Amino acid sequence: MKKYGTSLAVRRMESWLLFMMIALFIMVPLYALFLATFKDGKDMIQYGLNLSLEWDRMHLKNYGMLFSGSAQRYWIWYRNSMLLTVAQVAITLLISACVAYGFAAYEFPFKNLAFVFVLIIMSIPFEILMLPLYQQINDMKMSDTYTAVLLPFLAHASTIFFFRQYISGIPAQIREAGRIDGATEYGIFFKLIFPIMKPSFAAMAIMNGMNSWNNFLWPLLALRSDTKYTLPIGLNTLITPYGNNYDLLIVGSFFAIIPIVILFLAFQKYFIEGMTAGAVKG
Amino acid sequence: MEERWVDWKQSTLFQNQVHEFGVECFETEESMKKFFYSTKAAPFVFICPFVLTVVVFWLLPIGKSVMMSFQNVLQGQEEWIGLRNYRQLLNDRVFRIAVGNTFKFTIGMLLLLIPLPMVLACIINSRILKYTKIFKTIYFIPALTSVVVAGTVFRLIFGEGDRALMNQVLQLFGGESVKWLRLRTTGYAALLILACWRWIGVNMMYYIAGLQNIPAELYESASIDGANGFRQLVGISIPLLKPTTTYVLTISINAGLSMFIESYMLWKGNNSPGNIGLTIVGYLYRQGIEKNAMGYASAVGILLLLVVLAINMTQLYLTGFFRKEESV
Repeated sequence: MKKYGTSLAVRRMESWLLFMMIALFIMVPLYALFLATFKDGKDMIQYGLNLSLEWDRMHLKNYGMLFSGSAQRYWIWYRNSMLLTVAQVAITLLISACVAYGFAAYEFPFKNLAFVFVLIIMSIPFEILMLPLYQQINDMKMSDTYTAVLLPFLAHASTIFFFRQYISGIPAQIREAGRIDGATEYGIFFKLIFPIMKPSFAAMAIMNGMNSWNNFLWPLLALRSDTKYTLPIGLNTLITPYGNNYDLLIVGSFFAIIPIVILFLAFQKYFIEGMTAGAVKG
Repeated sequence: MEERWVDWKQSTLFQNQVHEFGVECFETEESMKKFFYSTKAAPFVFICPFVLTVVVFWLLPIGKSVMMSFQNVLQGQEEWIGLRNYRQLLNDRVFRIAVGNTFKFTIGMLLLLIPLPMVLACIINSRILKYTKIFKTIYFIPALTSVVVAGTVFRLIFGEGDRALMNQVLQLFGGESVKWLRLRTTGYAALLILACWRWIGVNMMYYIAGLQNIPAELYESASIDGANGFRQLVGISIPLLKPTTTYVLTISINAGLSMFIESYMLWKGNNSPGNIGLTIVGYLYRQGIEKNAMGYASAVGILLLLVVLAINMTQLYLTGFFRKEESV
């Protein structure tokens, strides 16, 4: 019995060590980024990122620059990103909910085949499709518009999947009752089902919002003028072969992460629910 | 008289006549409206916007891409050249480098990002540690950062100077500074480390979600029978986590094969010394966007698409998805 006790303690120690090491591995780069917001951009080019604390070389100039007029374009990008994120989340949730309802509440020919087909198409990584999609947008004369950024991602496969599961759990009697009371099919969805679905929106809103906020490759291809840039592409343009603006890049990167981390700390449950939704298809 | 006319209008005979001969335009409009609100039309109305976007933004472009892969596309002029793009691709030295890099990277990611998160999830699930909530929170944070930020941070950590963080770590252990992103092996390591940093927490969450479906009694009875942690892992967790592993495996392979932005950010663009960071998608981007050789780039895309589709179909088949969908 005593032997069992010590081995448990040893195992606990080992596990603790493993977890601490990985936590360190994860936190150190973020801490280095945080420290760098107080350092000169020139230091970045010369030394790279490190954890050294040299109080005499550290200052608040980067923050001053960010919150004074000289970082105007950064805040334009910030605003663009926010607008696009809100728009994308609203549209994607609405359309995905409609699609999921269409698949969950009705029977029609080739329904399951269509659903499988849709999932397969949507599971293709975007990177492979970026070129044809880019051409399509150009052919449709939509390049450099937000429509081009939003439209191809109207509906989102795992969001549809998640909603479909959720709607399947809503008793069919509710729909029947609605029909007896004389509601139209669309009335049933928007007035009866939509309110019941509310709890499932949080996780999906957060997942889609995060994807949209961090989306890089598609806006990079779809947008051209720098007043329309989103935060990730804007930040990316700060490093060019002709000059590096690390002052703004570092402090700007830091403030790009902050809103999501705050949201995450507040709504952790929904973040995890949203991210792992695809894995637990029962 | 008036009343009788109304009666007649509402009678089924009249309705049928209207239906048959389409007597009044007003009536057909009505019936269209009726059809729109019927339970037969409703599902199609619900899925219509989605089907439209899938067709316009996914299917048509893919079809066009297949066509272009058999063409030489120059300034709006297309010339059919049969399989020449594909043949050229097979002899393309740079493409081979890209394929090699991509597969090496994918395999490295699978070797690191499946066993480790699984073990971490099992430890958390076994409740021998306290305060696991803090660890879960910390491990998840990298997944919130954009690749642009993460890539920039890691590029600077793997800087060339003696004072860049990774070199400082090396010096701490008595090593010499390394130009990380200029050498094949260290560049590969840097890319893998970046991928691990970003995805270890998410994969761990997948496994934690998977473990919650395994009844706790199994572990309890195993402990009573004297099975230790390792035996429980091999005997219970790994076999019962198979669905989760299949899923994580598929998304990891997908992510590995389509890897691009990580390398793009780490090497500050699509050109790495000696192409050590070039991936298949990177090559597609170089040919299609940077060199505007759309036909050739399409061939790269189609080849990759076929591989990815085969893998995704296999996963769906393995998880019994087809069988389930048919029986619903």
